[in-house]
Amino acid sequence: MIKVEGLTKYYGPVRGIEDVSFTVKEGETVGLLGPNAAGKTTTMRILTCLFPPTRGKAEVAGLSVVEKPLQVKKLIGYLPETTPLYLDMTVSSYLGFVAEIKGIRYKNKKEKIKQVMQTCGIENVRERIIGKLSKGYRQRVGLAQALLNNPPVLILDEPTIGLDPKQTFEFRQLIRGMRGKRTIILSTHILPEVSMTCQRVIIINKGKIVAQDTPYNLASQLQKSNRIYLQIEGHVDEVTKGISGIQGIMGIKPGKRIAQNTFEYIVETEKNINLTKEIASFVVNSGWGLLEMRPLSMGLEDVFVNLVTEEKVAEEKEK
Amino acid sequence: MKNFSALFKKEIKSYFVSPIAYVLICVFLVICGYFFYRDLLYFSFLSLQAGYDSSLQSSVNINELILRPLFSNMSFILLFLVPLLTMRIFSEEKKLGTLELLLSYPVRDVEVIMGKFAASLVVLLVALGITSIFPIILFILGEPEAGPIICGYLGLILMSVAFIFVGMLFSSLTENQIIAATATFGALLLFWAIGWSSAFAPGVLGKLLAQLSAFNHFSSFARGVINTSDLTFYINLSLFFLFLTAKSLQARAWKG
Repeated sequence: MIKVEGLTKYYGPVRGIEDVSFTVKEGETVGLLGPNAAGKTTTMRILTCLFPPTRGKAEVAGLSVVEKPLQVKKLIGYLPETTPLYLDMTVSSYLGFVAEIKGIRYKNKKEKIKQVMQTCGIENVRERIIGKLSKGYRQRVGLAQALLNNPPVLILDEPTIGLDPKQTFEFRQLIRGMRGKRTIILSTHILPEVSMTCQRVIIINKGKIVAQDTPYNLASQLQKSNRIYLQIEGHVDEVTKGISGIQGIMGIKPGKRIAQNTFEYIVETEKNINLTKEIASFVVNSGWGLLEMRPLSMGLEDVFVNLVTEEKVAEEKEK
Repeated sequence: MKNFSALFKKEIKSYFVSPIAYVLICVFLVICGYFFYRDLLYFSFLSLQAGYDSSLQSSVNINELILRPLFSNMSFILLFLVPLLTMRIFSEEKKLGTLELLLSYPVRDVEVIMGKFAASLVVLLVALGITSIFPIILFILGEPEAGPIICGYLGLILMSVAFIFVGMLFSSLTENQIIAATATFGALLLFWAIGWSSAFAPGVLGKLLAQLSAFNHFSSFARGVINTSDLTFYINLSLFFLFLTAKSLQARAWKG
């Protein structure tokens, strides 16, 4: 549905993005993840035909954003980062204006507006002036205008910023509810948001793509070792010594003391080997008590920090 | 065309739902009314005098003594008011960020410009329309000529169109409304006064300055004369600034 190849944008001498390539399949929800000023908004602005790229190609449904901006714009619903709305208009007159400018026929207008108002839960504020609405409601009005005319592609720039936790939750539910029906690109620098709403993540840092995959794959790829969390009742030194003797164990670290003779341990094993069975039988055979045992997986947060810092290290080496 | 009308309706609403249009029109009318009253008093004073002194009679002419100065005064007031009308057109949208969203809709730049232009022009047309009460009063009291009046209004409308386009250019260049208004006012005043030095400037330069003057080109309209050179001046000025405004919106391509 969306195809981006070698996309590069310079603002004068300043690099916005460089050589960004990715594709998004129809019905997929993709998260653009990156720290501030990483190039997320630049990528989105090029896709919404605000300005052309310096180099590279961007296509939406096979149409180039440079050559056919009007057709591309018809396919896209866009919600910019700051949710810019006309503050002096009422919600319904604003949506009426957007409906007209998006070319919705007059006879369908009322019904379509009603539909998006229902989807976004803003029927109860329809006659209020937008400037008087709370941030949460404004964000919903912003989403409503993006959804008008049923665009197959949604581009949302940091859609949950400034919302309270309940609103954030509801907003994510709304976006999850559209999964499969629309192609969605959303940018964020909040990591749990990506793992909750997106099927695939593209991590951008300093204008370049650092990684792209499913949240799960990203986490497992970057993990250099498997880690297992254990709670064992037994003497600390004996347990440490005993377990580190098992083949394939790279290390064991005792953690907090939980009860008189019970400690937490984190065991690192080689990647791609599952040693849980061996550890369990060893512990039982030694007469200790195995209270808890679970694999520790790397969260997206770790992945992100890892990637961004790895970049730094690589850069320093270059210098 | 549909996009144009959607934008036009939205802009008209925002002018007339907020107090902007009313305040501008009201101020315009109060000042015009004052000048009209002054000219009317002067005219009746002269008429009285002409009753005693027959040599004055030939110079007592409603069109020359009331309407011509009235048109000149109205054009001068427009010079002050148009920058205030046009300063928000793009600056406000730039500041709020709504321009980015607006341009992400399937609209052409020129539709955006023309929609906003038409709405501003309507505000000025309403103001000018209400001033038609002055000639109507004169028709009731005396016998002015209709031709020069129509001609004067034509000149005012042409000038409004050109001034709005000048204002739109400066509004599209900045997100600060005060800067937009100041720059527009400066540009318009310069276009107004540029002819004043033409008498002293040598040769071609003097002619050029005289031809660039918005005031010179308006004065024949106020007299009741339609010159093709005046018509083309205002049309060219409008088209030139429309072109610059369109380019300024497109500049986002390389400015970002």
